[in-house]
Formats: sequence, structure tokens, C-alpha cells
Amino acid sequence: MPGPILEARGLHKHFGHLHVLKGVDLLVQERELVFVIGPSGSGKSTLLRCLNRLEEPSAGSITVDGIDLLDRRTDINKARQRIGMVFQSFNLYPHMTALGNVALALRKVQGRGRAEAEARAREALDRVHLADRAGHYPGQLSGGQQQRVAIARAIALEPRVMLFDEPTSALDPELVGGVLAAMRELRESGMTMVVVSHEMGFARAAADRVIFMDGGRIVEQGPPAAIFGAPQEERTRAFIGQIERNHA
Amino acid sequence: MTFDDFLQAFFSWEILEQAWPILWAGFLNTLVLSAVVVPLGFIGGVILALLSTLRSRWVRWPLIAWVDLFRSLPPLVLLVFVYAGLPFAGLEVSPLTAVAIGFFLNTGAYYGEILRAGIESVPHGQTEAARSTGLTALQALGHVVLPQAVRNVLPDLISNTLEVVKLTSIASVVALPELLFQARQAQSVTYNATPIMAAAVIYFVLLWPVVRLLSRLENRQMAGRR
Ligand SMILES: Nc1ncnc2c1ncn2[C@@H]1O[C@H](COP(=O)(O)OP(=O)(O)OP(=O)(O)O)[C@@H](O)[C@H]1O
Ligand SMILES: [Mg+2]
Repeated sequence: MPGPILEARGLHKHFGHLHVLKGVDLLVQERELVFVIGPSGSGKSTLLRCLNRLEEPSAGSITVDGIDLLDRRTDINKARQRIGMVFQSFNLYPHMTALGNVALALRKVQGRGRAEAEARAREALDRVHLADRAGHYPGQLSGGQQQRVAIARAIALEPRVMLFDEPTSALDPELVGGVLAAMRELRESGMTMVVVSHEMGFARAAADRVIFMDGGRIVEQGPPAAIFGAPQEERTRAFIGQIERNHA
Repeated sequence: MTFDDFLQAFFSWEILEQAWPILWAGFLNTLVLSAVVVPLGFIGGVILALLSTLRSRWVRWPLIAWVDLFRSLPPLVLLVFVYAGLPFAGLEVSPLTAVAIGFFLNTGAYYGEILRAGIESVPHGQTEAARSTGLTALQALGHVVLPQAVRNVLPDLISNTLEVVKLTSIASVVALPELLFQARQAQSVTYNATPIMAAAVIYFVLLWPVVRLLSRLENRQMAGRR
């Protein structure tokens, strides 16, 4: 088995007096799909945002693909190309077409010429089945399509790990399926993924491991069947029970 | 005063023909002056707006003081100070330089505030998305935030530009031969108000299309918000 592609140890994060991450260890193997669940405010987004240093951890270490992310000498902008991120609110650039959104970093970060960047951007859009929407602006796309463009924007840079922060929770129910399908295809292509989401069905079907977070700590983790079927911790049980009631 | 006297004083064709070369030269100078001070003020504004995105209080407080100062000083006072005051400190400046400095300070402060509001109107998620793909802070600002910021405050930018072009007429107090100065010259030689009238008409013809454009943009934005 290859070593972990992502390794975070002893992560702490303070916002002023608020202690949000209280020593999180997270090892993710290559091609693994890790699901992170937990109540609101438990620190899931903060954890994810520390993993590409959108948030500066207060303490701990993070290594991605052999790069020490918190080392002063690390070029964070270079490192971030290996860590794709997808946001709950898509965050597409509204003044650029879908193609422009995907091509921007290919050109400005990777320094590719316009033609090559656009060819790669088209390929990425094709992978999320939106090649025919390349010329559309975000305002002309449905929420589900926008999120798939956001996925294309990330995968176009050929990241080693993808982070998803509640990628479907801003979507109308009928649009969720398309995004999950795109994520499933991504997984089948061998992408390593860390997903914060409460899509239990998807977790059961696709996740290798489910992590339950509460109060800034990892409370329990294991295969989906174990976490959903026979949680060991009382807090996990309560949380999963609550989610299942909400979705019933 | 008879009607003919009135026409003769304000709308004399003869006087206009006589004064036209002087007025035309003034008009061209006003255009050149605008082409200098608008970009200069805008660049000053961009610099101030960029500085305002820095969180450090070592930048923030001096910045607020700077903007407050140059928005409070009447532009005419500022210009006279630069032109007539600085020489006492051993700094002789030409009229054009004085006007350029004055507008850079005054207009820059206004453009800066408008652009800052524009930048703040762009959701932070835009910057985060850009940074997450490896763009530097400056690239994210330049490619993602600023284009949206400018679009969001375009009516205010145009409105301010309109004010700036009008304000170039204060350059006449430092004897820079722009449109108003030339009109006053012509008026004093001809003893007739027609050149002033003509200058007013020229300003109107120059700026009215911009005013129309502005109204349309404002209406469109209103409709967009509804
Ligand atoms: N930039 C910030 N400044 C101050 N406090 C913050 C900041 N970001 C997050 N927090 C706080 O940190 C805690 C954890 O937030 P986080 O967004 O990581 O939770 P979450 O598990 O993602 O919750 P949700 O399910 O609602 O998205 C919350 O109490 C939140 O208010
Ligand atoms: Mg969250």
C-alpha cells in the first residue's frame, strides 16, 4: 500500500478565543474517499480549509503529496494546484464563461498559452459532461451545472487530492444527482477525495471511510457500514439518528 | 436692454467667429487636461483601494487620514496651495504639474473610495476560489475581484469622471489655458459674453452624452435590483 497522500497531524485552529479544531489527525491514502460528517459548527469546513491553507492552522502539520504545506519555504500557490477545492456556493467567476472559469488558473498559474489552456479546459468540462456549455456564463447555468463547472475548474489543474465542502447542500433536490454522478465518476477515475457532506446514500455507496466530528475533534471513524450501522459512540449514534429522521 | 442688445451680448455670431480659435484651443486643452487627470486620479484611486485591502492597521489608519484629508479640502484650495504655496518651500511647479498633483490627491481619494466599495461588494468566496486554484493574492484581485468591482460601481465611476472633467475648469485659476480660461480671455478682449456662452455650450455638448449614458446605466441597475 502506498503511503498517505495527505497527512495532517495535531491540527489546532483558534479564531480569537474560539478553539475550533482541537487536535485533529487525518491520514488519507491515495484513491481513498473520506467522508466527513458532524453537527453544524463542529469544525468540518475549518478542517477542510486548513488542508489547503485557506485558513492558517494555529498548530500542527500538514503534508500533501510529500509537500510540507506549513513550511515557510513552500510555495503555497504551487502547492494549491495539487489540492482542488469545491465550495458549497460554487464561487464561479460570474464575469467569465464556463470555459474562462476553468482556463484562468491554467493560464495564469500554470503559464499555459491560451489555446492549450482552453483545450485542457474543454477536456475538463467534458469530464463533467458540460462541454456544450463552455460558452455559457454562470448566470445562464443551473446550480447543478455551476457546481460541475466548479469541479471542472479544480480537476483541470490535475490535483492529487480534491476537497469538497458540502457540494450539494445549496442545490435544489432534483439537481443533486448530477453533481453526485460527477463526483462518483471522479472517484472511479482514481481521485483521492475528502468530502464534507450529509448525503448518506452517496457515503454508503462510495465512501471508503466515514469520519464523525464533533466539538473540533474526530469522535469516531470507520467504514460507512460500521459508522452508519453500528456506531460505537453515543454522540455519533445521536447525530446519525437525527440525520436519518430528517431525510425520512 | 432691448432684445437685440441681449442677442448681441450673448449670441453674437461675429464675436463667436472672432473668438473661435481661442475657444477651440481651450477646448483641446480641456480634453488633454482631462486625458491627464482622469487616468492619474484613477490610478491614485486604484492604489488607495488596493492598500485598503491590506488588513494591517499600519496601513489602515494613515489611509483613512489621507482619504479624509483630501476629500475635505476644497479642490480649489488644494490647487492654489500646490501652485502658490509650495514655492515657499522652494518647490516651483508649472501650472500643469500643480493641476496634476492636485487632481491626483483630490480625485484619487474619490475614485479610491468608490473602488473600495466595489471591492467590498464582491463576495469573499470569489477570492477564496481563485486562491484555491493557486492564483496569487494580486492575481485574484486583478483577474477576479477588480473586474467585478468595477462593474458593480460603474455608474459611480462614470459620475465621478463627469465631475472630474467639469472640475478641470479650476485650472483656469493657475492660468492654464483650458476652455474656461480661454473664454474669459476672449470675453475680456471682446467686451462680450458670447465666448462664455459658447464655452458653456461646448461643455454641455461634450458632457451631455455621458450624462445620458449614466442615466441609462443607473436605470438598468435599478431594474436589475428589482
Ligand atoms: N473566520 C472565522 N472567524 C471566526 N469564527 C469562525 C470563522 N470560521 C468559522 N468560525 C467558527 O468556527 C466554528 C466551526 O465552524 P465550521 O464552519 O468549521 O463548522 P462546520 O462544521 O463546517 O459547520 P456547518 O455544518 O454549519 O458548515 C463555528 O463556531 C464558526 O462560527
Ligand atoms: Mg461548514
